[in-house]
Amino acid sequence: MGAINTVTYIFIIIGLFFNVVGVVGLHRFPDMYTRLHAATKCTTFGSIFIIMAVILQSASIWAMEGAFSSQSVLSIHAVIALVALLITNATSAHAIARAAHRSGEKPVRAVVDDLEGKDLND
Amino acid sequence: MNWLPAAIVMVVCIIIAVARIFIGPGAPTRLVAFDTVNTLVVAIMILLAIMFDQVLFVDVAIVYALLSFIMALYVARFIEGKKF
Repeated sequence: MGAINTVTYIFIIIGLFFNVVGVVGLHRFPDMYTRLHAATKCTTFGSIFIIMAVILQSASIWAMEGAFSSQSVLSIHAVIALVALLITNATSAHAIARAAHRSGEKPVRAVVDDLEGKDLND
Repeated sequence: MNWLPAAIVMVVCIIIAVARIFIGPGAPTRLVAFDTVNTLVVAIMILLAIMFDQVLFVDVAIVYALLSFIMALYVARFIEGKKF
């Protein structure tokens, strides 16, 4: 139990560090694309680690209490939530960047825009 | 396990990201900040689920993740300026 608690604390510390870095990057970067780059990747990684800490802890309680523990449902549903978060975050970030570029949002201090004037429809 | 400090740090992260929603110039920046807030809310819901021993919070987190994904897609399509 002690080793599992230690690993859980390490996961939580990694997750909180990346979440804080992502939110700070949301404020420190100059334009929308770099903010998307910082916020999406860092918060996805941090949230993965926080959910993995919860999964590890509840699965260890499940293994300790036996098959009919109430933690079994929590553990399995947390895995489902992790998969949903993994799929939806990457897709929505892609959609946001694509829509912002098509609406004419320019990166700050960009010298060359290779996609300028190109027809990107399919 | 002591989950409360992690939850407090996550709440502070959410408040700082909400500040970017209010001050951010333009719709795409606000959408990015909103997406960040949604991800953090899903994470903290699962954290609070094991903290209060409520399985229902995880189910709410799953539905919240899927609905926020659909919201992001629709608002992105709105920013793009196309018809639906």
